[in-house]
Amino acid sequence: MNARLLPLIATVVIFLAAYAVCYVQFPAILSTRVVGNLLTDNAFLGIAAVGMTFVILSGGIDLSIGSVIAFSGVFIAVLLRDTGLHPVPVFVLLLAITTLFGACMGAAIHFLEMPPFIVTLAGMFLARGMAYVLSIDAVPIDHDFFDLLKDAYWLMPGKGRLTFIGGLMMLVFLAGIVLAHRTRFGTNVYALGGGAATASLMGVPVARTTIAIYALSGFLAGLSGIVFATYTSAGYSLATVGVELDAIAAVVIGGTLLTGGSGFVAGTLVGVLIMGLIQTYIVFDGTLSSWWTKIVIGFLLFAFILLQKGLVLVSTRERGTADGPGRGT
Amino acid sequence: MNGATRFLRRIAPQLAILAGILVLISVFFPGFFEVRIANGRLYGSPIDILNRGAPVALLAIGMTLVIATRGIDLSVGALMAICGATAAWGSTQGYGLPAILALSVSAGLVCGLWNGILVAVLRIQPIVATLILMVAGRGIAQLITEGAILTFNQESLIFIGSGSILTAPTPVVIWMIAGMIVTLVVRRSALGMLIEAIGVNLRASTLAGVNSRVLLIAVYMASGLCASLAGVIAAADIRGADANNAGLWLELDAILAVVIGGTSLLGGRFSIVASLIGALIIQAMNTGILLSGFPPEFNLVIKALIVLTILILQSPATRTAAVFFRRQPRPDPADTRTVTQ
Repeated sequence: MNARLLPLIATVVIFLAAYAVCYVQFPAILSTRVVGNLLTDNAFLGIAAVGMTFVILSGGIDLSIGSVIAFSGVFIAVLLRDTGLHPVPVFVLLLAITTLFGACMGAAIHFLEMPPFIVTLAGMFLARGMAYVLSIDAVPIDHDFFDLLKDAYWLMPGKGRLTFIGGLMMLVFLAGIVLAHRTRFGTNVYALGGGAATASLMGVPVARTTIAIYALSGFLAGLSGIVFATYTSAGYSLATVGVELDAIAAVVIGGTLLTGGSGFVAGTLVGVLIMGLIQTYIVFDGTLSSWWTKIVIGFLLFAFILLQKGLVLVSTRERGTADGPGRGT
Repeated sequence: MNGATRFLRRIAPQLAILAGILVLISVFFPGFFEVRIANGRLYGSPIDILNRGAPVALLAIGMTLVIATRGIDLSVGALMAICGATAAWGSTQGYGLPAILALSVSAGLVCGLWNGILVAVLRIQPIVATLILMVAGRGIAQLITEGAILTFNQESLIFIGSGSILTAPTPVVIWMIAGMIVTLVVRRSALGMLIEAIGVNLRASTLAGVNSRVLLIAVYMASGLCASLAGVIAAADIRGADANNAGLWLELDAILAVVIGGTSLLGGRFSIVASLIGALIIQAMNTGILLSGFPPEFNLVIKALIVLTILILQSPATRTAAVFFRRQPRPDPADTRTVTQ
């Protein structure tokens, strides 16, 4: 249990150390304003990353979320422009579509016995393509309800603003933590990540759980799309390209094992915050270019994967089994 | 003779699909197959497909080998950006063509070596190991170009992107020769079989005496080499290195080409020729959609549908179903599910 907590502890330590380094250079970074912006700017990524955490915990991967977020934005914008519907029914419709979309991918993965990688790759093409078909241009969203969502905030001490979308991300993370560690579904996800064969022998409903995991990821990607549309006040089919990579990176940096079965939803939150902090630092610094973000994230990814490999190696040595780690995806 | 018929039977579905797409296009555009020679170079839509398909075809060669070992290389698009940027940087520094090519190719080989070490020595899943370079690679490329689009005017370098050798566009010559060399190397020696052995069962082949570690590293380096050639072609074609957009999402097209070529993502048997035809199929589709005046947006939807169809055809569940339809009523799929790990 201790070894399992180690990646999470490492993530938290790195985050605190990085924040301390930033603080030494720019004392202003410790204000609640910066914290509030950190939450707001990364809200869509965080929400999508919660879904990705569940998928990766189960030993799968979901490449479609960036496209689903873009599709959601375009879908909302086009529907609000062309029909007189209120945003709330549009949201409900959208979440139903993306959840169903995720469920279909989960069903394909389970029943066709294909690697999640290629199934969700098809899903990625499909969602992005549907977004293009709806509209190639950026469609502005102009609705009072959206302005309301965008401007809703709670003033933290120190004049920092916890916006509605930032708060929503925290709520989603809380719900994710409860779902992962306090429900039967969560236990099933961990069991599935430990190995589909053992899980089904233990009586885990593999089919239902797989479909539910990808449906959850689809639902959260849709929710993330709503947040992104609120954040940018527009729907654009070329937006959020590569968010799935950021989400995977956040999950890995958050200490979740990419082979599945071990990790924490809370770690993903810290992972998202680390990535946000790098960007904030670059903005504060002003001389560094944004491409350093990618390089630093790549390096962090590498460091965490190495850490995990070391831990897996140590724990298998302790157990006395010389079995090499699995290579399947 | 037996080998030739077997080979033809292997690539028959891909050839049929390609022919079908070409015929479909030519029905709507009677002048589609027209090829003419102007300024000592071939022009026409079929040549255009061969030419535009060059980067994906090159990537598909390396990707086929990687996928045959049950791996995947997500970093090739980012590698293209790195190698293109290296070439452009070399050109702005005033190096000659051989030096520029040597620089780019060694950049690709080093990146491939990195991927290979992560996969073969550190035993990281290929999808994760190559993800690192996929994320960081564009950053590195931007570091080389210093964030700008590096342009160059060196005639010898531009020749690689838009020149012609014996009337055929240079990119076409390059990918065809690369495909031939790699096919000969893996099929005229035991290498191809050993690669397949690794893909089928890594541990068994290691125990049987295959030096899987060296072979895996070599395969990822081959993929890096192909990516560097593709990157130089892409940069030479637009006479500049665009770190953000060079090779963007081409790794997915390359994987798609391999999958269309009938190589299973679960490793094992592979065919480079079939993957190359797969790359041409993708390019023919792109060209066809552009010519037909369909909005290019439909491109992705059609690609997705093709992937889905192939998935269903390739899936173990469908195969068991086919067997059971011949013999006896099919039992509940949940019971017969084989676990691949």
